[in-house]
Amino acid sequence: MNYTELEKNCTRSTEGFVDSCTLAVLGTGATQHLAKAVKGYAYSEGIALDVYDADYNQIDAQVLDPNSELCHKSPEFTLFWLCTEKLYEEFCQSKQRSDFADTVIQRVERYWNLVNGKFRTNILQCNFLQLDDRVFGNYGNKTADSFIFQLRKLNCLLMEKCLAHRNVFLIDFCYLQEKYGIDALRDSRMYYVAKLPICTRMLPEAAKQVVDVIKAVRGKIKKCVILDLDNTLWGGVIGDDGIENIQIGELGIGHAFTEFQMWLKELGKRGILLAVCSKNEEAAAREPFEKHPEMVLRMEDFAMFVANWEDKASNINYIQRTLNIGMDSMVFLDDNPFERSLVKSMIPEITVPDLPQDPSQYLEYIKGLNLFETASYSEADRERTRQYQEEAGRAAQQCQFSDYGEYLKSLEMTAKTEAFDSFHFSRIAQLTQRSNQFNLRTVRYTEQEIAQLAGDERHLTRYFTLSDKFGDYGLISVAVLDKQEDKTLFISEWLMSCRVLKRGMEEFIMDELIRTARDNGFDTVVGEYLPTAKNKMVADLYSRMGMQPAGGGRFTVQVKDYAMHQTYIRRQ
Amino acid sequence: MGRTEIIEKVNTVFRDVFDDDRLLIGEQTTAADVDGWDSLKHISLIEAVEEAFDMRFTMLEINGMKNVGEMITIIEQRVV
Repeated sequence: MNYTELEKNCTRSTEGFVDSCTLAVLGTGATQHLAKAVKGYAYSEGIALDVYDADYNQIDAQVLDPNSELCHKSPEFTLFWLCTEKLYEEFCQSKQRSDFADTVIQRVERYWNLVNGKFRTNILQCNFLQLDDRVFGNYGNKTADSFIFQLRKLNCLLMEKCLAHRNVFLIDFCYLQEKYGIDALRDSRMYYVAKLPICTRMLPEAAKQVVDVIKAVRGKIKKCVILDLDNTLWGGVIGDDGIENIQIGELGIGHAFTEFQMWLKELGKRGILLAVCSKNEEAAAREPFEKHPEMVLRMEDFAMFVANWEDKASNINYIQRTLNIGMDSMVFLDDNPFERSLVKSMIPEITVPDLPQDPSQYLEYIKGLNLFETASYSEADRERTRQYQEEAGRAAQQCQFSDYGEYLKSLEMTAKTEAFDSFHFSRIAQLTQRSNQFNLRTVRYTEQEIAQLAGDERHLTRYFTLSDKFGDYGLISVAVLDKQEDKTLFISEWLMSCRVLKRGMEEFIMDELIRTARDNGFDTVVGEYLPTAKNKMVADLYSRMGMQPAGGGRFTVQVKDYAMHQTYIRRQ
Repeated sequence: MGRTEIIEKVNTVFRDVFDDDRLLIGEQTTAADVDGWDSLKHISLIEAVEEAFDMRFTMLEINGMKNVGEMITIIEQRVV
């Protein structure tokens, strides 16, 4: 999509869009074009983005003055774009050059703190395009007095500083520079005549980075990649060529597939589930993963492995049902255009990238799409594949019991209830961003907001963990309770991972919430169901739990009248 | 490419950039004549024309061209 298209999008009607959001753009160069590009790009992603573009070079006034337009608007996202050219002017006038980066990072951090002190927002901080003045040539890299030395240091400092600011997210413009080069990104003429730091031809790419981050912070993320095998994960056809002749490994074109597998394995370690969907005999499809010495991916890397002669759309539906995650959080990779178009037409929600014909281009193409943007990363991500595999073990055990209660008993489940603590802020925030189905009010929180809730007297917070004899589910449910007048406790958020559905966990949690109310001197508990496109499964949850409808999606129960449930879960 | 051919192609670019299918420009057209042709739009217009003709204006030209006729003359000189 080119810039002109994005600009046109800005004037199009967003009526009927479910997603809407606000953004302020502040910068030291001309930001109007970027603001338009971001708005137009958001439109193409189905987001009605209201963008406030502060005037040229107005950062200080906007963040300092509590009556500024920025503070008045209090947007959900605040983007800072400091252009390198302005920084260079400042550098040229500075005397103490060896601590230039430290001076600038202090200022940037002060902007963050000032904004955070005034309103609730997520800060999007662009990193600095690395314009080398070449005054020192290559020697600049070993001279603290050179601009490039300070600039690169500054970009590193940005990464370090934002570790401590949970609501600051970096927009990696340097990635664009690495991919396209500075000559493509920047046009001196346009900087001189219009103070435009990135030319309009490249702004769609810049806008994509911004919108990708916004989407991830708002919980629109990919969770699973479904993979074809023949000519996607290796060269050749296993059923025809046999294990000795498929192409994989260091030599020849096999190297392209090896690197592709390495990258997928890294995705897996980051918490993206990998699944196989292949038209093959199952034994033949498994053989390379079990026996081929140069295969990078192994059977244990897959959450699911489906190889048969059914059509791929049916198999993908089966994978989706089993993993129980949204179809729009899945990506399907297949070299065969026929299979891709079949899946696209049968399952419009799934993302199906059009892989290039040449396998050597798979990786660069996929990386360029930036499908796996995230707004959080925690310990739990590394465990995800194992957890889904344990789930398969449970499914197998279930077949042995005719009575569901007996089966639940055999799982030997143990659950724990705790108030939010700092060890779990990131996982809790992540769950609020990821959970769509079992989510009563679908409130999304950042880590910073979770930390604030934990320390706020006006709320009671609870998280729940569950384990059984097959393994540990970890932290799987979160509840936020608001203290209200008349000894009333309002459940302002309750969500649960769908992996633990139908184990009595919802009953266990409801009982715990009532106990929490009772122990803290509350008489009444009120819950609310806010419908979204995805959370129908909990529409009648509160009724099922024994609460009375009170109109307007609200449900209520008196603590003294509540009947505790029988579950097979031991309290730890 | 002749002058008439160039102006026709430039007109197509204008229609796209200003999102107006009926926009008709001539040699004498200036920024004041076209709704929305401000300094911001001028930048995206220049980049779009450059892309369409695979040529580049100098900084001086970007800032100095007084009407569409001058733009056409520069394109005429640069495009064979």
